[in-house]
Amino acid sequence: MDHKIIVQNLYKIFGNHPRKGVKLLKQGYTKDQILEKTGLGVGIADVSFHVDEGEILVIMGLSGSGKSTLVRCLNRLIEPTDGKILLEGTDVTSLGREELRQLRQKRFGMVFQHFALFPRRSVIRNVEYGLEVQKVPPKERRDRAMKALEQVGLKGWEDSYPEQLSGGMQQRVGLARALALDPDIMLMDEAFSALDPLIRRDMQDELLKLQEKMHKTIIFISHDLDEALKLGDRIILMKDGRIVQEGTAESILTNPADDYVSKFVEDVDISKVVTAETIMKNPGEVASYAHDGPKAALWKMRQAGLSSIYVQHKGRLMGIVRAEDASAALKSGEKDLKNILATDIQKVSPETPAYELFPLLVESSPLAVVDSEEHLMGVIIKGTLLAALAEGVQTNGNELDAGDTGRQNN
Amino acid sequence: MEMNWMPEIPVGRTIEYVIDLFSEHCSFLTRAFSDVVESGISLIVNGLMFFPPWVLILAFTAIAWFLSRKRGLALFTLVGLLLIWNMNLWGPTVSTLALVLISTLIAMMIGLPLGILSALNQSAYRAIMPVLDVMQTMPAFVYLIPAIPFFGLGPVGAIFSTVIFSMPPAIRLTCLGIRQVPTELVEAADSFGSTRWQKLFKLQLPMATPTIMAGINQTIMLALSMVVIAAMIGAKGLGGEVWKAIQRLEPARGFEAGIAIVIVAMILDRIMQRIGKQSDKPA
Repeated sequence: MDHKIIVQNLYKIFGNHPRKGVKLLKQGYTKDQILEKTGLGVGIADVSFHVDEGEILVIMGLSGSGKSTLVRCLNRLIEPTDGKILLEGTDVTSLGREELRQLRQKRFGMVFQHFALFPRRSVIRNVEYGLEVQKVPPKERRDRAMKALEQVGLKGWEDSYPEQLSGGMQQRVGLARALALDPDIMLMDEAFSALDPLIRRDMQDELLKLQEKMHKTIIFISHDLDEALKLGDRIILMKDGRIVQEGTAESILTNPADDYVSKFVEDVDISKVVTAETIMKNPGEVASYAHDGPKAALWKMRQAGLSSIYVQHKGRLMGIVRAEDASAALKSGEKDLKNILATDIQKVSPETPAYELFPLLVESSPLAVVDSEEHLMGVIIKGTLLAALAEGVQTNGNELDAGDTGRQNN
Repeated sequence: MEMNWMPEIPVGRTIEYVIDLFSEHCSFLTRAFSDVVESGISLIVNGLMFFPPWVLILAFTAIAWFLSRKRGLALFTLVGLLLIWNMNLWGPTVSTLALVLISTLIAMMIGLPLGILSALNQSAYRAIMPVLDVMQTMPAFVYLIPAIPFFGLGPVGAIFSTVIFSMPPAIRLTCLGIRQVPTELVEAADSFGSTRWQKLFKLQLPMATPTIMAGINQTIMLALSMVVIAAMIGAKGLGGEVWKAIQRLEPARGFEAGIAIVIVAMILDRIMQRIGKQSDKPA
């Protein structure tokens, strides 16, 4: 199978006479030894991998692992010291200045950690930048930029300035700026790392949604394993400029290559792996919309020791009836459940991850777990969720950061 | 005590020789240049003096208001210039303004490109910065000496030494402004395939504008102070008035001219500061 991008034995050494560093690395010296011996900094060392058309490849590692250097080598913002980068067979490292500019203009869209928006340009002129560089006529430029802004949900903000927007919105502008060029490859350098956790999650969902339509080849840099697991079709783990493990999320989770990887993996938030299906409880007695009246519903509740009961009709979940409403209806002599049925109940699918259940449970408890035919499969109340999580692996909190080097302020 | 054990190194004489060489072989050029500039200056001064002072004073007040949008500054301009007129210093003030204007323009025309060059090119940076150190630490009077053989006595020599004296901040702050543009922004511009010029004009210069404006402001202030000193080689204007007052020991005249210089300096400085602040807003 033909790969979109193939990286072969790529090296980046910082400092004077970097070739010497490559030689030493090939002789087996480590990053620290080389620094001590020659003063050269090893950015990336003998990295080879490939990226397939239309996939999201996440490159992850701690800060200083060389992941940001690696992504900058791909479009030569940083000049690699040695090795080859083949983009559909063309060696990017051998291109002249003009060819490289063409390549950057047409093929690569880049999104930066701190957004890198131009502060003195309005939102729309930020998005237009790449097209402006290509000398696209103003009218067409504006149309394409508007379309890109709509894609990221920022229509109506075109005349604002970056400083007037929130972080999440600024990064949407950054995304739109890259998308406006319609590149086939997106380089995203810790694109969501500077956002706070909730916004970050939104942006991840948004990116996945966009990707369903666009099918770009995305190379996503991250230091957050949760993010990598969520976004990555494949994941590459880096340490000290080298690749430690490469594979799907599952293969990395279940089969960590060494201590470094397993350290990452043991920090995975259990609430993202556990789903509604695994923690729901049997719903027990259910009232029938067609046959049961208030009296029958109350009786069933009393039998099961509940204060409310779900109502089904022909196997579909209709709503819930609460005990106080049922006894009031009984007194006023009503015969069916129509008037006391509460239909605004929270339903979740069995695949919903546990962390998404928390906010729902705060709003209303219990939660009904229903399948695609709206059939009631189980219920979740606050107690069941907490008990299920407590049984799982010990975790260090909800937002886990793989970093131990000053990344906690994200 | 003299150093006898080593022959004297002819530092001064070498420089003098170079200056002589230039003035001997290039003086026809510099003199021609001098004539052109001098007629330019007199054109500007005569043009300005053609209007009655109150017309110009109102015009300057309007300009101050238009550029700064500050009522206080406009009022200060009006009152200050009226005071100068009242002290019978209007003519010298106009010629001083003309000299400052021309020197600043020349300093910018040379300084901004040099600043850009030194920001973008490391070898240019290494070559230019020590020269700037020399230019700034050399006593200002020294520049007056070669000005005479090159351009003769009069305003052009004054402009020459003023340009040399006032240019360093324009170069330095242009360079600084461009180097201060965050790396990630420069990377962003590169990642979209900008050419060097596109990057400069679409990103670096707009981002550096407030810093560059601060540099130009300093250049204007230095030019004003040098134009006053240059009165010693025959530049007329307010400096000439001060110089006359020193020679004749007339404190009244000297302080009046001094106050006029302060007024001009304050007006120019405040206007430039306002422009600098406005250029800081996104536009």
